[in-house]
Amino acid sequence: MQLVCPAGNLPALKAAVRQGADAVYVGFRDDTNARHFAGLNMDDKQFDAAVAHIRQHQRKLYVAVNTYPQPKGWERWQRAVDRAADFGVDALIAADPGVLSYASQRHPRLALHLSVQGSATHAAALAFYAQRYDIRRAVLPRVLSLAQVRQVAAGSPVPIEVFGFGSLCIMAEGRCHLSSYITGESPNLCGVCSPAKAVRWSEDAQGLSARLSEVLIDRYTPEEPAGYPTLCKGRFLVGGKRFHALEEPTSLDTLDLLPELTAIGVEAVKIEGRQRSPAYVEQVTRVWRAALDAHQAAPQRFRVREEWRQVLAGLSEGSQTTLGAYHRSWQ
Amino acid sequence: MKLSLGPVLFYWDKAQLGNFYAEMSALPLDVIYLGETVCSKRRAFSLDQWLGLARELQACGQAQIVLSSLTLIEAASELSSLRRLCDNGQLLVEANDMGAVQFMAERKLPFVGGPALNLYNGHALGQLLDSGMIRWVPPVECSAALIGDVLEQVRDMGREVPEVEIFSYGHLPLAYSARCFTARAENRPKDDCQFCCINYPDGLALSSQEGQQLFTLNGIQTMSGEVTNLLADYTALQACGADVLRLSPRAQGMAEVVTAFDKVRQGEAPPLFVEGCNGYWHGHAGMLKVEEAGLC
Repeated sequence: MQLVCPAGNLPALKAAVRQGADAVYVGFRDDTNARHFAGLNMDDKQFDAAVAHIRQHQRKLYVAVNTYPQPKGWERWQRAVDRAADFGVDALIAADPGVLSYASQRHPRLALHLSVQGSATHAAALAFYAQRYDIRRAVLPRVLSLAQVRQVAAGSPVPIEVFGFGSLCIMAEGRCHLSSYITGESPNLCGVCSPAKAVRWSEDAQGLSARLSEVLIDRYTPEEPAGYPTLCKGRFLVGGKRFHALEEPTSLDTLDLLPELTAIGVEAVKIEGRQRSPAYVEQVTRVWRAALDAHQAAPQRFRVREEWRQVLAGLSEGSQTTLGAYHRSWQ
Repeated sequence: MKLSLGPVLFYWDKAQLGNFYAEMSALPLDVIYLGETVCSKRRAFSLDQWLGLARELQACGQAQIVLSSLTLIEAASELSSLRRLCDNGQLLVEANDMGAVQFMAERKLPFVGGPALNLYNGHALGQLLDSGMIRWVPPVECSAALIGDVLEQVRDMGREVPEVEIFSYGHLPLAYSARCFTARAENRPKDDCQFCCINYPDGLALSSQEGQQLFTLNGIQTMSGEVTNLLADYTALQACGADVLRLSPRAQGMAEVVTAFDKVRQGEAPPLFVEGCNGYWHGHAGMLKVEEAGLC
């Protein structure tokens, strides 16, 4: 199973390569990708260096052009696809049918991966993209149980990639407008969720408040750890009760499922986090490389080591991890 | 301008559904969407019963009846149900997932592209037109300007634009998850949900710790806390090329809503201000209210 790691900049890419990533995925420095954050992603010069580094170490480079273009910006997405092809990347990760169509016609030798933002959760949806755009792989949304991943993989016309570790979107990717409802900016159209520019922290007698476009997402007492106000991970009121009504601050961690994912025939496991630091990418990649190697060397004796768990828990939101939708009880 | 009644997004029991459609059948609606789009566990009506209801509605009125498909398909059984729905042999289908698009295209049958399909530009729309889409319901986060741009791009490509249907009234469907948030609020596992969402015919309100209404929980679907209402924006709806206005069912007062929209399309002046949010339509955060929209 291939290990696909994130890089928001050149140092993170080098860290991923150093620790044994089989492939690294990156984005251009604009709203054509779903991590359109200030200071993140690569300009042409950095991209040249990234390609050279990847080639030197014989890994793969994937480029995400996975937001949905609007008519006024269409040429920007075209250019992003052309640039990816010109750089000779190993795959383009895209979701929009218009972008996929353009890429498949203009650059027939460019391998296409269906982005998780495409929201394809079953064989018939995957057939749509496979027949029209000849996609070579699809990334599944984080909404399926392990049994459902098995069914999809069995019926899929293309190999499957799944998320292994990182921030957990609790909504089906590509099918969530919560961020634009509150802030006006959405993952689909702007490549951001709960954007940093909409965040405001304030402290008063009631505690530390985290707001998004002035909407109170959570409020913390001095003893409580405060997290980034991702709007689906705040505490809200439902029926008079205050609780994490949608999800708690937590990260997805599927190390325990490695044997099952391998048995299913999943082609690649993806680490989320292009917005994370090089140190984060370095540590997560190291743990996952070690786990994948240990499993491959002796599948029957594979056990998740305590040290791996501790490293990943330390890097997780709220210092806790979950199997997410892979495990029915989470649902 | 046509008026449509969207699929019922909440879980209502058989009697409530029966009474609701009996009332709606007497109203000046041009299109009625039937079917379960949110959760496959909800079984007040089977596919055969929806088809039976469609025949009854066709017998007593002129409205076009459309069968809406489930939005988030996860289990193999749901995919089988989707295939049966696409094979219904009688009714136009609203595809709310690319699997439904694929099935309809394989059958060379026309379909409506529902609001859960991510279609934001003319090139993407062209791909779906090639697959048989004849009516487009844009994602609810699209503004009037964006919809206008998409249609212009389609024309510039030398293509004919499909019919355009705008989500104009009701709680906006915003997100879909593997998790059931209604069951979570009642501390039940999804696999033993006891169909608790049937107790919330207008969904379960979620507000901030300051009491600001934010979202409405509806099983695995998260909706807007506010009801959207674009009646005051009627002139702009016409100008942007809307052919159909979708009114999304609520448990109370739908007849009044249909009547109010009908009066305006018959020539009555749109109200200057209505309750509800319209931020998306004006290119802002969806929850905002752009007041006196009728004057814009």
